[in-house]
Amino acid sequence: MLEMRFLRDFIDKIKPNFVKGGKLHWLHSTFDAFETLLFVPNKVTLKGSHIRDSIDSKRNMGIVLLALIPALLFGMWNVGVQHFLSHGVEATFWQEFFYGFWRVLPIVIVVYATGFIIEFVAAQLRGHEVHEGILVTGLLIPLLCPPTVPLWMVAVATAFAVIIGKEVFGGTGMNVWNPALIARAFLFFAYPGQMSGDGVWIRDKGDALTGATPLAEIQAGSLDIMSAQHMFVGLMPGSIGETSAIAILLGAAILLFTGVASFRIMFSVILGGLAMGGLLNLIGGENVWFQVPAYYHLLMGGFLFGAVFMATDPVTASQTGTGKWFYGFLIGVIAVLIRVFNPAYPEGMMLAILLMNTFAPLIDHYVINANKKRRLKRAQIVAEQT
Amino acid sequence: MENKKQPLFSPANMKLLSKPLGRDNPITVQVLGVCSALAVTVQLQPAFVMAVSVIAVLAVSNLLVSLLRTTIPPRIRMIVQLMIVAFLVIIVDQILLAFAFEISRQLSIFVGLIITNCIVMGRLEAFAMTNKPWQSFLDGIGNATGYGVILLIVAFFRELLGSGTLWGFQVIPQAFYDAGYVNNGLFILPPMALILVGVMIWIHRLKNNELIEKN
Repeated sequence: MLEMRFLRDFIDKIKPNFVKGGKLHWLHSTFDAFETLLFVPNKVTLKGSHIRDSIDSKRNMGIVLLALIPALLFGMWNVGVQHFLSHGVEATFWQEFFYGFWRVLPIVIVVYATGFIIEFVAAQLRGHEVHEGILVTGLLIPLLCPPTVPLWMVAVATAFAVIIGKEVFGGTGMNVWNPALIARAFLFFAYPGQMSGDGVWIRDKGDALTGATPLAEIQAGSLDIMSAQHMFVGLMPGSIGETSAIAILLGAAILLFTGVASFRIMFSVILGGLAMGGLLNLIGGENVWFQVPAYYHLLMGGFLFGAVFMATDPVTASQTGTGKWFYGFLIGVIAVLIRVFNPAYPEGMMLAILLMNTFAPLIDHYVINANKKRRLKRAQIVAEQT
Repeated sequence: MENKKQPLFSPANMKLLSKPLGRDNPITVQVLGVCSALAVTVQLQPAFVMAVSVIAVLAVSNLLVSLLRTTIPPRIRMIVQLMIVAFLVIIVDQILLAFAFEISRQLSIFVGLIITNCIVMGRLEAFAMTNKPWQSFLDGIGNATGYGVILLIVAFFRELLGSGTLWGFQVIPQAFYDAGYVNNGLFILPPMALILVGVMIWIHRLKNNELIEKN
């Protein structure tokens, strides 16, 4: 508590510089950003009744960050594990972890640095508060990248996502698409050579492993992939944060327990994936994709990560309860459809979520209208009876 | 207005030329002709040829329609306009095939599709049908140039960042590629042209506040 007190005192001491008339007033949005990040603002409403939750959006995002930590730590370890495996070298846990740690950390730093610089500049230019959206986006972007991604590419993609994906729409809370996925989509389409293929999933790859992800192996026509248990644990090639179902489910538990993410979306995405996968199993086809057991779809690639962390983004998802079921279900269905039927993209989760982000407001529109119609009908019946 | 004799390059006439370049740009303000702006802007050269073709077609068709404006029966005016535009587009297409075959191949159907370019029909309907030939001719050149300028700007960024070349010449030095630079594949794809046009509209409106709708 002692250093907390010290921090509070320090902020209170420098505050007069930033209020109107102070000599550093032009930096006030930057100051506000740090103050509200460190401490819950003590502003209260002056008029009317107003229920206020102490969990404001910065605290909300803190919980998402916490939920991402297991995936991040596991991802770091996995980067090391895959590296040493591909060289056929035995290594201790800590060797593996720190190998990955020093490879992943620069990506995280570059993303946060780029994102924060743009956010602060945008806030200063427009004279509004610094938006906190980059807190979560900044950790999501590294987790969506392959461990070999060049740092300058991540920086370009982050800048693109923050400016074109978010700031042009008016900043955090106004964006149509999930900014982290915009960054990933940008990387995927701009630099396909660095974002897909067998060479990118293992850092400084040796020759003992092919480096192909389970998705890529199935795409190549082989059903001879690793076991479901193996994929569940997640020691396999893939994007940094997506491989381990255990780590992601741990994050999901945190999000659901605190009520930060919508359980409707999470479950309906998984339901949609299982339903579509099962349906394709029943139909059967020449493509080996048809024989992939439905639950495999959940464990491969970014399906689970997308379901837990990307689809549930409160800004870009459907807002209505019923709408969330439709939205999530369709994400699951479309992700599996793209995997099975599109030969160009072995992974469909990113495109599925971006597509449904686009349709989320439409879904809400129809849900709300249906509700209106139902209530009007009820009112009519009551009117007729009386 | 009709009776007043004006010098050929009076300020009012010059405005017809200059306005579409800025405050009344067909692409960034009226948002017309975007489809071809997405299709032909992968490289500078085809974009330039496209811009010149549209300038020729629009200027001459504006002139012809304006000359015929009192004789065209209003009920079939669209058909007549289309005939004139189609006739000019075929001439342009044939000239390109004869003298710039490679570029004609690159532009493929988009030369023929000048006929569907909203700017052409838009100017015929909105301007040439109600104005004198000389003014219509200037209006055609102005609007097509406004379109062409945007085309060239978009193509400049798309070719530079997408292929590392400008007008077909390598601009980004080999040393960059050796250091790990990679051409941005997204700039080759049409969505990036749309985003670039969007960014230009954004900048244009920042500079011209009166263009921002108040709602």
